[in-house]
Amino acid sequence: MSTLSIKHLVKEYVPGKPVLKDISLDIEGRGITAIIGPSGTGKSTLIRCVNRLINPTAGEILFEGQDLAKLSGQPLREARRRIGMVFQEYNLVERLTVMENVLSGRLGYMNAWAAWRRKFDEADIQKAFALLKRVGLADFANRRADELSGGQRQRVGIARAVMQSPGLLLADEPTSSLDPKTSVEIMEVMRDLAAENNIPVMINIHQVDLGKRFAQRVIGMSGGLVVYDGTPDGLDSDILKKIYGGQDWLAT
Amino acid sequence: MTSASLEMQRWIRFTPLQRLARFAVFFVMAAAVAWALKTIEIIPEFLYDAPEQVVDMGSRMWPIDWEHFWPAVWPALVETMHMSAMATILGLMMGIPVGFLAAGNATPFLWVNLIAKFILVATRSISTLIWALFFVAMFGPGPLAGALAIAFHSIGFIGKMFSEAVEESNRGSIEALQAAGATRMQQIIMGYWPQVLPTFWSVALFRWDINVRESAVLGLVGAGGIGMALNAAIDLIQWQRVALILLTIFIVVILIETIVTQIRKKVI
Amino acid sequence: MNVASLADKSIVTRADFFAPSLGKRLAYVAVFVYLVYAAATLGLSLDRIEKGVGYGVRFLAGFFPPNFTETDIIPGLLESLQIAFLSSLIGTALAIPIAVLAARNLMPVWVSWLARLLIIFCRSFHPVIVAIIAVKAVGFGALAGIIALTFASIGFVGKLLSEAIEEISKKQIEAVRATGASFMNVIAYGVVPQVMNRFIGFVAYETDSNLRNSTMVGVVGAGGIGGTLFSAFQRFDYNFVAGIILCIIGLVMIGEVLQIYVKRVFR
Repeated sequence: MSTLSIKHLVKEYVPGKPVLKDISLDIEGRGITAIIGPSGTGKSTLIRCVNRLINPTAGEILFEGQDLAKLSGQPLREARRRIGMVFQEYNLVERLTVMENVLSGRLGYMNAWAAWRRKFDEADIQKAFALLKRVGLADFANRRADELSGGQRQRVGIARAVMQSPGLLLADEPTSSLDPKTSVEIMEVMRDLAAENNIPVMINIHQVDLGKRFAQRVIGMSGGLVVYDGTPDGLDSDILKKIYGGQDWLAT
Repeated sequence: MTSASLEMQRWIRFTPLQRLARFAVFFVMAAAVAWALKTIEIIPEFLYDAPEQVVDMGSRMWPIDWEHFWPAVWPALVETMHMSAMATILGLMMGIPVGFLAAGNATPFLWVNLIAKFILVATRSISTLIWALFFVAMFGPGPLAGALAIAFHSIGFIGKMFSEAVEESNRGSIEALQAAGATRMQQIIMGYWPQVLPTFWSVALFRWDINVRESAVLGLVGAGGIGMALNAAIDLIQWQRVALILLTIFIVVILIETIVTQIRKKVI
Repeated sequence: MNVASLADKSIVTRADFFAPSLGKRLAYVAVFVYLVYAAATLGLSLDRIEKGVGYGVRFLAGFFPPNFTETDIIPGLLESLQIAFLSSLIGTALAIPIAVLAARNLMPVWVSWLARLLIIFCRSFHPVIVAIIAVKAVGFGALAGIIALTFASIGFVGKLLSEAIEEISKKQIEAVRATGASFMNVIAYGVVPQVMNRFIGFVAYETDSNLRNSTMVGVVGAGGIGGTLFSAFQRFDYNFVAGIILCIIGLVMIGEVLQIYVKRVFR
């Protein structure tokens, strides 16, 4: 059984103008699935529909035996706990410390009073320290998030997502705000952490080369539809033309 | 398990010193409130009686005495508007120089700064009503006393905002002027003033908004405006007129706030 | 180099200064004409100014030496302090939930609309006007002052806090929501850290302002030093008036110093 199964997903922000037109996908087991496609084709919308930061218009999102599209309230929050998310602009709570940001991955399991007083489980705290060490920020635990560089922030973002012990990791263009070298480092951190924890990753990515380099599977989207689904090696210039349109940009 | 616990790291959100400081602040606040609650003189019967009294007062306010508007409330309202406009201009004229004197970078004389800062705190500490008592005694009852009272009270606010804006202004252009041999006055006009101009507009508008509210109460001590009409109505126990005046103040204040927000959006 | 940049700058400001649009010019002229007219309605005359300044000088002379000995000052000041503390506490406690309800990015339209109306209502009336009404409702004394300043606090903190909440970054909230956090946890980790600093500033200012206003509501019988001050004024005891005013200024200054300390602790 696949981890995540999306069936006939449709999203319309304006009635009659669908951004996502009938998307069906299965994400299996482990490894990285990269979604590529031009800006505005609904990649972000697709990712956000999975953990319901955006509500889909129609379709099913099956994850761990539940249809996420139909959940709300407490069951939805419980489902979200099982899905980690890494954001393009890191989305750390800037005025909190690095440690508080990482530990906020456990918020779904805490009542408001304990959360307010920062009474986290000792085991969670140790795990957070281990994760920070793993992403190379062992000495930054008590620094405020807004003191960090972009690459460091994204490392904290990944640690926060993994802290949830999720069954699926979503990443919405995690490298688009970073320089090329840092982008590769972040992708390596994400790949390795996901592999160590057996988490499948679904990632939106702008840079085709990064997608090809790190993903086991590439999904090409264009105009709200899936136009390619296969291995990175299968991405030849014909298919890229189909995804992004035109061809002048391919000539170098 | 044992090897893990050997490596256990402790995570605390604040350093002991921060904790102590926070605890001290909370403790002092709690103590102050406890002291206030324990010693304040409140007559319990008055407190229990309050809801009934409020309902009674509300019922006596209805129906609102609309007839009263044109003969008495409108002229008082116009006077209030004049008073607050004049007070804002006067307040700016007095507050801005003091603000420049209080700013350490525009006026590099420590004792001048300190005196100016004292003026800012002192004018702000004395409330409009008390200023009004003075000016009514000096110039007799009427809107002149009211305008002066609000103007003197606004010196503190206007001056504080200005001195902060001046202190934050960019050194570069001032140094350029100094290098060109500009006098201190020229530095202020050519260097600081353009930089604090946005502050000028926002402070002027913000203070005008406050001053309208302030000028609505000054009539209580005879300093003119709609407060005088309110005072008369309360003294004569004409609650239906009180209701009319309160409603008028409410609407005017909302109107002014809307206007100020619109101007701010367009100008700043 | 410096001279060149200076020249650039002055050209820009001049161009800005001398080329306002026609509409702007008309607005300036209209404002100026109005101010002249308004000044005329105040009834200024040289004779009046001369007399007034004469009285003023006599006043100032009457202030010396300020009289601090009277035993009325301390109880009055303490009552003002009590009013300021309690109204700040109650006002802030009520303002927080109202501000959350009034924030358009957290609440449905009709809820925020109602809460905003309440805030506008509290803001519209000067504390002294509320105090007059409160005195009629609950009688003379500190309770009326507390009610009046509580109203003002709700209006002030409620407005600024709801605006601060509306300006927070949605991205940070989105991230906290994505972890499966409950509404209260989203508030605690997504909203509170973003507004805390400004909130402390508002409350500090509010307490400062309540302290100043608590010395005033006594004029209409709502407790505190204001009543003492007003009666001293009415019996022309200007030495005592000066003593009270200096005490008030001292109190407000102490408050400002404390404010700086508290802000530093919570930064």
